[in-house]
Amino acid sequence: MKFDTPATTNPIDQLKVIGKATDRIDGPLKTTGTAPYAYEHHDPVPNAAYGYVVGSAIAKGRITAMDVAAARGAPGVIAIVTAENAGKLGKGKRNTATLLGGPKIEHYHQAVALVVAETFEQARAAAKLVRVDYAREDGAFDLAVAKDGAKPSDDDPDLRVGDFDGAFASAPVKLDATYTTPDQTHAMMEPHASIAVWNGDKVTVWTSNQMIDWTASDLAQTLNMPKEKVRLISPFVGGGFGGKLFLRTDTLLAVLGAREAKRPVKVALQRPLMANNTTHRPATIQRVRIGATPEGIITAIAHESWSGNLPGGNPETAVDQTKLLYAGANRLTALRLAHLDLPEGNAMRAPGEAPGLMALEIAMDEMAEKLGIDPVEFRVRNDTQVDPAKPDRPFSQRQLVQCLRMGAERFGWDKRNPKPASVRDGRWLVGLGMAAAFRNNLLNKSAARVRLDKRGVVTVETDMTDIGTGSYTIIAQTAAEMMGVGLDKVVVRLGDSSFPVSAGSGGQWGANNSTAGVYAACVKLREEVARKLGFNSADAVFADGQVRLGNRSLPLAQAAGDSGLVAEDGIEYGDLSKKYQQSTFGAHYVEVAVDAATGETRVRRMLAVCAAGRILNPKSARSQVIGAMTMGVGAALMEELALDKRNGFFVNHDLASYEVPVHADIPHQEVVFLDETDPISSPMKAKGVGELGLCGVGAAVANAIYNATGVRVRDYPITLDKLLDRLPEVA
Amino acid sequence: MRTFTYERANSPAEAAAAAERMPGAKFIAGGTNLLDLMKLEIETPAHLIDVNGLDLDGVDPTPDGGLRIGALVRNTDLAADPRVRRDYGVLSRALLAGASGQLRNKATTAGNLLQRTRCPYFYDTAQPCNKRQPGSGCAAIGGFSRQLAVIGGSEACIATHPSDMAVAMRVLDATVETVRPDGATRSIPIADFHRLPGDTPHIETALVPGELITAVTLPKPAGGTQVYRKVRDRASYAFALVSVAAVVQRDGSGRVALGGVAHKPWRVEAAEAAMPQGAKAVTAQLLAGAKPTHDNAFKLPLVERTLASVLTEAKG
Ligand SMILES: Cc1cc2nc3c(=O)[nH]c(=O)nc-3n(C[C@H](O)[C@H](O)[C@H](O)COP(=O)(O)OP(=O)(O)OC[C@H]3O[C@@H](n4cnc5c(N)ncnc54)[C@H](O)[C@@H]3O)c2cc1C
Ligand code: SF4
Repeated sequence: MKFDTPATTNPIDQLKVIGKATDRIDGPLKTTGTAPYAYEHHDPVPNAAYGYVVGSAIAKGRITAMDVAAARGAPGVIAIVTAENAGKLGKGKRNTATLLGGPKIEHYHQAVALVVAETFEQARAAAKLVRVDYAREDGAFDLAVAKDGAKPSDDDPDLRVGDFDGAFASAPVKLDATYTTPDQTHAMMEPHASIAVWNGDKVTVWTSNQMIDWTASDLAQTLNMPKEKVRLISPFVGGGFGGKLFLRTDTLLAVLGAREAKRPVKVALQRPLMANNTTHRPATIQRVRIGATPEGIITAIAHESWSGNLPGGNPETAVDQTKLLYAGANRLTALRLAHLDLPEGNAMRAPGEAPGLMALEIAMDEMAEKLGIDPVEFRVRNDTQVDPAKPDRPFSQRQLVQCLRMGAERFGWDKRNPKPASVRDGRWLVGLGMAAAFRNNLLNKSAARVRLDKRGVVTVETDMTDIGTGSYTIIAQTAAEMMGVGLDKVVVRLGDSSFPVSAGSGGQWGANNSTAGVYAACVKLREEVARKLGFNSADAVFADGQVRLGNRSLPLAQAAGDSGLVAEDGIEYGDLSKKYQQSTFGAHYVEVAVDAATGETRVRRMLAVCAAGRILNPKSARSQVIGAMTMGVGAALMEELALDKRNGFFVNHDLASYEVPVHADIPHQEVVFLDETDPISSPMKAKGVGELGLCGVGAAVANAIYNATGVRVRDYPITLDKLLDRLPEVA
Repeated sequence: MRTFTYERANSPAEAAAAAERMPGAKFIAGGTNLLDLMKLEIETPAHLIDVNGLDLDGVDPTPDGGLRIGALVRNTDLAADPRVRRDYGVLSRALLAGASGQLRNKATTAGNLLQRTRCPYFYDTAQPCNKRQPGSGCAAIGGFSRQLAVIGGSEACIATHPSDMAVAMRVLDATVETVRPDGATRSIPIADFHRLPGDTPHIETALVPGELITAVTLPKPAGGTQVYRKVRDRASYAFALVSVAAVVQRDGSGRVALGGVAHKPWRVEAAEAAMPQGAKAVTAQLLAGAKPTHDNAFKLPLVERTLASVLTEAKG
């Protein structure tokens, strides 16, 4: 189905199932521990051997010698895979460094061997016996140093509108400030894990992956084999956050290990390897310049961002939101990419906007203060309903101002004392902060197959993944709404490369695109059903397990007959996104208390107001947003991969030393969704919220800390050492 | 993890004797620290002696009005003991500031005292570390050292001792009771129990090989207001950047010990004379001669500010 004109009324608009707060259908499986995760497919693969990954001890250089004799002779060892015996490997389109290093080493903890043994313990013990000698080479590890050699990116050219330099120079009120965000790791609960089984020249992999088709393609490409011979199955994913978008070490090495061992092999990437072996959100240095009239009208706005990556890697697109969030006639946005010999930088939840707004939205707060205008009001004054670079291109929907105003009212923003460091509650300095939220709405084609059987059960098959987000449930809701059945009559099967290719889970595009694909397949199935039952399809009503036209009504199941009906289709997009800018919007409000003596920050209250098209399932959408807000608190206050600049690796590579928020860090969180539909986004009229909920949170916390203490910190995370010397004297 | 043999000990003296008999033997109590380190092959005992069956899990009054805490008393039980809560509040608070509920249910008094550092390079076996592998060097010096020691360190090691409980025991003048492989018992004042790293950071305590901790005794209650304040990057489940254990009397006199700053719980008795003058005066002496790194210099003002806040709290 081609979607190239705005949606009109369709069966989804009935909202009998869609739009209702619905428990996740995978919930009982997960809470009872019966949802099999990647490492746990014991039934289909009862005899898997265990693989343990050996990571490089240097960041850059070469392996000069490798001795696996002792490991090979260790108890239980079945096989050892290294670059020497793995055969010629290609490289996946979406990988920068190779996944099995040697002799060349491109980053710390790059895999150099897989030891396969009868038990996990044996594999682990034997892995310690692998001796590797390295010739270390100097590398570039420090972004601040590499920054001056950074280059523009071909994919993301500088965007200039009007005359930024002139307008900024002559602006009566201006700000020029530099912000930094650190490297971050996804730190999802379930590590990267895979079980591989060869059958002749075909391989099946049970894995934990967000993007089945990308990964199947890249696995085939790496193995130099046809994609048809690769099957990936990933029904449950214990968190990904962008860390599982790609083919990674666990999958490739399980496959190579199984080939070498001639037996199924399972690999879970060890937690201490995850930060340096996989991708991470790269650090940024961002310069923001804003010029405005004394009335608070922005006349000039520039945002430049520097990040680093391995050769072939991409920049962190931290300036994206600045192209679109605020008005202003004269604009400049630019990305610069430096070469760094660190592990690959890549997508982590809301890549681009998450770190970008951490900078931009502090800058807006600083600017509002300079202007003497309330920060909410300042943002409202600079709202735009069109793409500022192309004024004939309106937003499909934009309710930023409504989000800001409703949030201010609900949060009691009018009680905020605009003078920093003026509210005290015992030991605590108390402050309020806010930020706008923005994340683009991305459209990707997505297909599905829908079956109807003689019991009236509708089965949906698509390679879409559920990464804890609730995909199973919203897809079931979509099929139920379309086919006029209850959720109890819908079965959803996901995450299998033998199913039609979906948009996958990433960039908060999963919900809208994958359900739109299911919608398309259901439209086709409805036509089939109507034809079978002798109805004119356009007017038939599907409800309560019946198909009705006028006063003639037949059971849906009847159309299936004994052999059942199958329909397959997908959604594809025309050029509506060229004519309209599609984005999601929100506002974050935060109250913090900062210990006046120690500088410890504790968040007291949080509110998010989101405008993101139709909310398909308010319950799972809320869960997404509160999870994202939690991640935002982590980014604001504690998350940072500590870089050893001498040796080029992230030192705090386990969950004890890479801190993310715990329950005690997270206070009452409130989430409001504006009642919105966006007929330009898809037939579902929906968008995404999973990343929007994170965008802006960091800055809202930072701005609240400023309001509480009068200390402006421009380098994340805002740990207490950055506040200490500017807090009030203590007795 | 290397393979190891395992036995259950029947009496403290037998356990100590067995430990001497079997080279590379280690005691295992709650296992919450030792097992993690064994999985990473940072600890590689050839033999484990399980002490959990020993009758060392009581908390009993001593003749001179103190309390004798068995080596196997779980952190959870000790924190909840009514006598500890009433008379040694700083200890109860320190215990509850540590780890998580699940870990405290397993963690023992002796195991807690003997837990090893959280220096991140100690955990990364690809990196040099004198504590893990004597003579290999120290990756933390000149590296990422935010968590590490500001005082009492050496050219060989700047790790900290991570225990909260031990800091409270230090301020309470506890004594560690042991039995040696030859059956002899001794009492080691807590001040002498943990060592500074010097040239031998792998030797962390005064214990001789095979020596088993049987109990920790607390002298009679010190009175005063007892406070434990742990400062960290998140609200729970994190090791201290800095912690302050204090016993403050009505007249402003008192004692103070610090966590998170040195290779052992840090206390300088002479500095305590300055307690009535306030945090600045005490800290100046407590941390005299401190050698922080670029990453952890903030701990010096943080100690002073935290102590000031603790003293304010103690005054009520
Ligand atoms: C995730 C995590 C977070 C933590 N956070 C904190 C924290 O915030 N604050 C804190 O203070 N601690 C923290 N801890 C550490 C925890 O307190 C220790 O792991 C625990 O106290 C160790 O006790 P155990 O009985 O399990 O010791 P084990 O692991 O059994 O033993 C530790 C050591 O003591 C030796 N040993 C045990 N018993 C005896 C004995 N009777 N005589 C001689 N030697 C003996 C063992 O041989 C071993 O070397 C944390 C631990 C973890 C895993
Ligand atoms: S500080 Fe001590 S524990 Fe840390 S790396 Fe150096 S020697 Fe090892």
